[in-house]
Amino acid sequence: MVNVEFLGPIKKEPLQLEINNLNELSNVLKNDETLINWLESCAVAVNDILVSSKDVSLKDGDKVSLLPPVCGG
Amino acid sequence: MNKKNRLQLFDGSLPVEKITNAWYEEYKHSNYGAIITFVGVVRDEDGIQGLSFDIYEPILNSWFNAWQDKANASNAIVLMAHSRGDVFNHESSYIAAVCSPKRRIALELIDEFVEDFKQSAPIWKYDIINNERLYAQDRSTKIKGAGILS
Repeated sequence: MVNVEFLGPIKKEPLQLEINNLNELSNVLKNDETLINWLESCAVAVNDILVSSKDVSLKDGDKVSLLPPVCGG
Repeated sequence: MNKKNRLQLFDGSLPVEKITNAWYEEYKHSNYGAIITFVGVVRDEDGIQGLSFDIYEPILNSWFNAWQDKANASNAIVLMAHSRGDVFNHESSYIAAVCSPKRRIALELIDEFVEDFKQSAPIWKYDIINNERLYAQDRSTKIKGAGILS
C-alpha cells in the first residue's frame, strides 16, 4: 500500500492505494471530484523529497504528499 | 545553541525579544561582523483578526538544511523562527536572520533567504476573519514543479 496525504488547506483524509507509480496515482486522483481544483497547483513529494515528474515508481510503504501553494511569513 | 536550534517553531506568536536576544548573545562571540535580523509582523488589513499557519516539518527541515549548507559555503549561517497556529495582528509570526563575517554577504543572503522562503517553504497561511480560518489562496505561490499529477 502507498499512503497518500493531502497537506495544508486541502482538508482531505489520507488514502491508502495499491499503485506502482505516480502516473497511476494521477489517474486515480483525476477521478476524485474533491481534488479537481487542487491537482494543477500542487507539488508532489515522495517520502518527503519533492519530485519533478510523474516518472517515479512507488513501492509498498511509500508516502506521497501533495503540497498546495504556500505562503509562509 | 546547537545546529538543530537554528530552526525554531512555536505555537502562536513569536517571543521576538527572547529569540533575537538569544541569537545575538549566542553569535556575537563567533566573530560574525554582520548579524541581520528580519522580523515579520502581522498587519491589520482587510478586516483580519490575524493569520494562522500550518507547517509540514519534514520538508521545511530539508529546505532549511539546504539553505544552511548554502550559507555555510560563504562562511555564514542562517537562523529562522516561525509560528504554528494563530498569530494575531501586530504580533510576529516569522523571524529570519543571517550571521556572516562580511556585511555584503549578509545583506545578499537575507534577501535571497527570505524571498525563497516565501516561494518554497511548506507553510500554509490562513486569514482569521470572524474567528474562521480562510486559506490565503490569492497570496500563495505554487511550489516549483507543481502540477505534475494534473
